[in-house]
Amino acid sequence: VERPSTDVIQGTLDLLILKTLSLTPMHGFGIARRVEQISRGVFKVNPGSLLTALQRLERAGWLDAVWRRTENARRAKFYSLTRAGRKQLDLEAADWTRRASAVARLLRAEG
Amino acid sequence: MSLWRQLSRGVGALLNRRAADRDLAEEVEHYLEQSVAAHLAAGLSPAQARRAARLELGPLPAVREEVRSSGWESRVESVLADLRYAARRLRGAPGFTAVAVFTLALGLGGTTAILSVVHPILFESLPYPEADRLVMVWETPRQHQTFATYHELATRSRSFESLAALRTWQPTLAGGAEPERLEGQRVGAGYFRALRVAPLLGRDLAPDDDRRGGSRVVLLGHRLWQRRFGADPGMVGQEILLDGAGYRIIGVLPPDFENVLAPEAEVWAPLQYDMSEGRAFGHHLRMIGRLRPGVDHSRAADEAAALGRDLADRYPDAFGKGATAVLVPFQEDLVRAVKPVLLAVLGAVSLVLVIACVNVTNLLLARGVQRRGEFALRAALGAGQGRLVRQLLTESLLLAVMGGVAGLGVALLGIRALVALSPPGLPRLSAIGFDPGVFLFGLALASLLGLALGMVPALQAARADAQPDLQLGSRRTAGGHRRTRSALVVAEVALALVLLVSSGLLLRSLSRVFAVPPGFDGPGVLTLQVQTAGQRFTDSTTIRFFTQALEAVGRVPGVTAAALTSQLPLSGDQDEYGAHFEAGPGLGGTSHSVYRYSVSPGYTDVLRIPVRQGRGLTEADRAGAPLVVLISESLARRRFGDRSPLGERLRIGAPGGPALTIVGVVGDIKQMSLAMELSDAVYVPMAQAPFGDAAMSLVVRGASDPTRLAPDIRRAIWSVDKDQPVVRLATMDALLEASAAERRFVLVLFEAFGLTALLLAAAGIYGVLSGSVAERTREIGVRTALGASRTRIAGLVLGQGLRLTALGVALGLAGAMLAGRAIAAMLFGVSPLDPLTYGGMIGLLGAIALLASWVPAWRAARVDPARTLREE
Repeated sequence: VERPSTDVIQGTLDLLILKTLSLTPMHGFGIARRVEQISRGVFKVNPGSLLTALQRLERAGWLDAVWRRTENARRAKFYSLTRAGRKQLDLEAADWTRRASAVARLLRAEG
Repeated sequence: MSLWRQLSRGVGALLNRRAADRDLAEEVEHYLEQSVAAHLAAGLSPAQARRAARLELGPLPAVREEVRSSGWESRVESVLADLRYAARRLRGAPGFTAVAVFTLALGLGGTTAILSVVHPILFESLPYPEADRLVMVWETPRQHQTFATYHELATRSRSFESLAALRTWQPTLAGGAEPERLEGQRVGAGYFRALRVAPLLGRDLAPDDDRRGGSRVVLLGHRLWQRRFGADPGMVGQEILLDGAGYRIIGVLPPDFENVLAPEAEVWAPLQYDMSEGRAFGHHLRMIGRLRPGVDHSRAADEAAALGRDLADRYPDAFGKGATAVLVPFQEDLVRAVKPVLLAVLGAVSLVLVIACVNVTNLLLARGVQRRGEFALRAALGAGQGRLVRQLLTESLLLAVMGGVAGLGVALLGIRALVALSPPGLPRLSAIGFDPGVFLFGLALASLLGLALGMVPALQAARADAQPDLQLGSRRTAGGHRRTRSALVVAEVALALVLLVSSGLLLRSLSRVFAVPPGFDGPGVLTLQVQTAGQRFTDSTTIRFFTQALEAVGRVPGVTAAALTSQLPLSGDQDEYGAHFEAGPGLGGTSHSVYRYSVSPGYTDVLRIPVRQGRGLTEADRAGAPLVVLISESLARRRFGDRSPLGERLRIGAPGGPALTIVGVVGDIKQMSLAMELSDAVYVPMAQAPFGDAAMSLVVRGASDPTRLAPDIRRAIWSVDKDQPVVRLATMDALLEASAAERRFVLVLFEAFGLTALLLAAAGIYGVLSGSVAERTREIGVRTALGASRTRIAGLVLGQGLRLTALGVALGLAGAMLAGRAIAAMLFGVSPLDPLTYGGMIGLLGAIALLASWVPAWRAARVDPARTLREE
């Protein structure tokens, strides 16, 4: 029996990251964990892709990154949403809703 | 904002890679830790938790690499790495690199230099608006114009928007620390309008200025205005002293005005002739005009020709037979003399460029073959085709850039050398400069070539089964690539022969030119030009001044003989007049274009021009005595055939002038150049001339080296009148030498190109043979082991080299014949198929080829069979 795919849908990783960070600043693993939890395990984020996406979004100016000391005296990189990131999130969320409902309509029409 | 972040983050990472890497490592590290902690919290044992986290994350270096390679700066980094690697590879093959860079530099630099010179002269339009409407007007075969022709065209022609006659003018400017002799022009009022140049300050010449006896006005060149008058705008309206007379400055020309007809000119005054002018029928003017819009060239030419013929019919004495007016487009007229020269040089340098390209091609191919093992290995280790190609592109580009930079140096030096070497007749010297467009074009070409060639081995390595290349390393048996390289060498040899034969022909021409007797005895003669400047001189005082100056020079110790002449052979002087013979028994009247020399009696003696018939001029031929004239042998033959011309009469210049009696015939001399046949001449005694020439040349023969007498001679002249400029000091030998400047210019360039071609061809032969010997070491070892003697082995290689050479020579012969025909106009006294030149150059090429083959042959003969066989 094939296991259901847990890959993040192509092109939605940015949206997931932005949405997750809109609640509170987080580090990389926190984001991955949160996505997994909220999606109830439907999505598992690939760490390499996540860190690459974080670097890209940070350079695009949608995220800010700061190094913070953690409780066990290590440095951790925390990401937070910028104002531009928030705008981008709205844009991407609206876009996603539009597409998803279109797909849903198509599926309904066929059924 | 985001662009800024992109840049700053990327540059930050580039500049401080270590910090960026540490941050990334720490972030990944932290991710892992968190993941482990999460698994622990979910109830796994520490070992299980660590394992699960590791599994999720994958290998840490891979993650780091994934993130790291996502930024743009990683691409820059890999390019830099490629560059570093390429530089290392090129450093590792210094011989190859040096030869390739040198070859590229020569080809690229040479072509850029030549094109930078040729382009503005031949291909750029002249620096005037609608320059294609400008025409020069000559009397038949490039004879200078008379004012009469100008007057005729100006009053009757409908083709010209503006028309101007002009002549050179060299006034002396007083008022500074010492008098300065200026270059200038006397021009018709329409001159600047024809060129469409407006003065920067003041006003242009008006028709009113250009009247005989009109007021003395002058326009200044921008340089002169700055140099002598401190760029003072108030100078307009002021008077300056030129030749002792006051001239009012009416304007200053703009700084960017390029006066193509007289590049050195700095002052312009109106011509101020009319038909009552004594020189109205003198052939001493140039004429330029701008065609009216809508008038096409052929119509204007027809009209001018008709008017010219009509004028000549009305004044048959003043014009030669068939005289007319000829229109030549300005640009064409300007480059007429230098065009074949420049095109030949351009052709030669293109050949050098082709040879250079062939050579670099050969080098790259050879190198590609040598590196097949390397690429096979890298492909086997997992380098993708794209990566290999990019690597090679980087290497080729690096090579092209190095060659380009070196070529830039060659080009800059070359342009300087060309301008320094340039013959005096080269127009628009000031427009010559480094042409970046040409250079970039060449560089792009070289890069493309390098790219294309550099990719061959990479594609081969990526495509082919790497096994055989890996196994064989560099010791392969001969393959198909050798045939390509041999063909390229054959091409190189052929092209080199073309250049060598061409330069050989030019070299022989030059020596033939100098073998032409000039008709006078040059060695030991010093010449200088004395001018009379100022209003105090009338015709008679001019002649008196020159006579006194000549006497003073004759008294200088060390001077054995001295004489004066109005025009000096091979100095660039060109004073042509019409000579009109009276009709005699059995002969109608004829007119001939002749060089007119107004000379002092000793002139033919000083230059040792032989008197063939009759007598020379003597002191007795003074003013008031019967008017006499000497004519040249060629003129005597042309007019009288075998009959004696003595006692016959002729008139010179304007019709209705006095008749002169021929009292002697003298040997022909070369006036314009050694290679020019025209030598019809008349000599009149200076004392009997109807007008005084304002500038006379002194010819002085001394007991010892005449140049040492120069200061004394100058003092002697100034003892008569201290204000007269003495210029153009030169020995007759130097003038002879300089008269062939154009020829020498072409020759020097061809020799340089020929030599370069020879070197490159030799390098090509050497390269191919060395490569072939290196590849065939095993075969040679086996042959030696089987009993082949060293001589035989060396002979094998030499034979290969000579076969290539012979094939190249055979092909080159055909090319050389074509090239010989192309430069036929520049040859003198030597056939384009001159067997001596062909033989000599083939011999030279053969000898060099033999030399280039010798080293590899020697190396082949020394191959140790034991060692090669052991290596099997």
